[in-house]
Amino acid sequence: MSAVIQLDNLSVRLGPKTVLDRLNGSFSGRCIGLLGPNGAGKSTLINTLLGFYKPFQGSARVLGFRIDSEIRQVRALAGYMPEHESFIGHMTAVTFIRLMAELSGLPKQAALERAHEALFYVGLGEARYRKLATYSQGMKQLAKLAQAIAHGPRLVILDEPTNGLDPPARQRMIRLVREIRDTGELHLILCSHLLRDVEECCDAVIILREGQIVHYSNLEEERRANPRFLEMEAYGDDGSFAEAVAQLGCECALAGGRRMKIILPERFEMSALFRVAAERNVQLRRLSFRRDSLEDIFLKAMEGANGRP
Amino acid sequence: MAVRKRTYHAYSGPLTNARTRFAILFRYSWDNVMRSRFTSAYLVVCLLVAVVFAAIIYVSHSAILMALLRVAGHSKDFVDASFFYHFIQIEVGMALILVAFAGPGLISPDLANQALPLYFCRPLSRAEYVLGKFSVLAVLISVITWLPGLMLFALQGNLAGWSWASAHLQAARGIFLGSVVIILVYSALALAVSAWFRRKVLAGGVLLGVFFVGSGLGHTLDATLGTHWGGLLNIGGLIARVIAGLFGLQPGHNASSAISPAMAGVALLVVCAFCLYLIEHRIRAREVVRQ
Repeated sequence: MSAVIQLDNLSVRLGPKTVLDRLNGSFSGRCIGLLGPNGAGKSTLINTLLGFYKPFQGSARVLGFRIDSEIRQVRALAGYMPEHESFIGHMTAVTFIRLMAELSGLPKQAALERAHEALFYVGLGEARYRKLATYSQGMKQLAKLAQAIAHGPRLVILDEPTNGLDPPARQRMIRLVREIRDTGELHLILCSHLLRDVEECCDAVIILREGQIVHYSNLEEERRANPRFLEMEAYGDDGSFAEAVAQLGCECALAGGRRMKIILPERFEMSALFRVAAERNVQLRRLSFRRDSLEDIFLKAMEGANGRP
Repeated sequence: MAVRKRTYHAYSGPLTNARTRFAILFRYSWDNVMRSRFTSAYLVVCLLVAVVFAAIIYVSHSAILMALLRVAGHSKDFVDASFFYHFIQIEVGMALILVAFAGPGLISPDLANQALPLYFCRPLSRAEYVLGKFSVLAVLISVITWLPGLMLFALQGNLAGWSWASAHLQAARGIFLGSVVIILVYSALALAVSAWFRRKVLAGGVLLGVFFVGSGLGHTLDATLGTHWGGLLNIGGLIARVIAGLFGLQPGHNASSAISPAMAGVALLVVCAFCLYLIEHRIRAREVVRQ
């Protein structure tokens, strides 16, 4: 898959402060999550990719187009859902989205049709002739999503799409994002500080800290590559099995009854565990690897600045 | 294409010309301005002035009507450059009210609702955004200044003959270039004020204040310091001075009368440049907060 974003020594300074510091890498994925604590530079990176901020040094490419010399092409291919309230209050939703679609290059009639479609798609069909100023917070978020997709972009950038939403509205937003992702017709960049949102929607994640990329990975591969935590039930153990496992270099903890939790060392061969169990005539049942959650990945990335792409 | 399709699909149809995208902003902003009954009614009033001037021209060429009005002995040559200058002067005042009402609503709602990122994340530059908004004011002012002005000139030329028209071409130039000056100065001020004040009423008040307070301050400076440089603060006076120069006339005695048309023109250019600076500073997708 070709890169969605390519960063080439990208630095951004806002006033005297360096907000993004020499970012490098090539990132692909159907839905890329941008994670990081407040002030990490997530929104600045998005704003720079959209040409709102000029790079202090280096450059970047979005879908193959340079952000410094080909920003019009980048913007023509992108849809953007900003974090904060952003709309024109005195307009009806359908007029607003039609305007935005026309500004993206759609002819009048096509823009009107797409505006209706987008509003129905996000679930605002019945409220499309209401003025945006009268919308609730959840409806405004959906209207922002509608304007981001109405012109059929190849890349949609979502900045904190679940901000200020109650749980049902959040679920609805996440479901929409996943539906859009699953159409396979576009790429998504989802910027959030909510790990759950990213975990539920993204197949790749970039973790930023203090203006630097501290981690980038394909989430599924990452989970598969880190089967370090093992949960199992051991039958027929006379008490020596845990000791024998510990002698293999594992950290072993009894979790009540016959259940055991084991942290495996690096390059551990599972056959050694089975051999020890066979020698003691212990039956291993319900053997399962606990995969790293995104939270584990995130916390690891926050602890050290390893794993740069 | 069905309206109620509930699946996402990309757009693969034709796109409009990127160079004319600013016209979309013009269309939507124009609709918004003309939705106001006051603006529509006021435009009609402004055009009535042109109708009155047209009636005067027509009457001046009708011996019967002149006799009926008992002004038969008067010469019809009073329709000259000063006649059109007075027309433009009236429309300059009326245009200020129109701009004070329509101008602030052009940018301030976008700022109040933080809509600028939505404009600029699309293939639309800041210059095109400003051009789209500017064109609304340019058309509004044109409708009440040079368009009716040149129509009046054409009417007079038609009635008085080609020799009159060729002898008074400077008046036609004054009508057009004077209107261009009004369009540029009023629009720049209105857009700058609209970009800095989010409340429309406040922005309109500030725009009028720039003219009236500037005029008062200019007079006060001249009176207290015994100079004529206070006229540089009187934007209305500067406009009158430039327009009078374009018509080849001397303006009435006011604070700017001691300032040459060229100097008044330079002062207005400085005002426009300052307004552009203010607009450029404000019309951004994202503000950078200095720490």
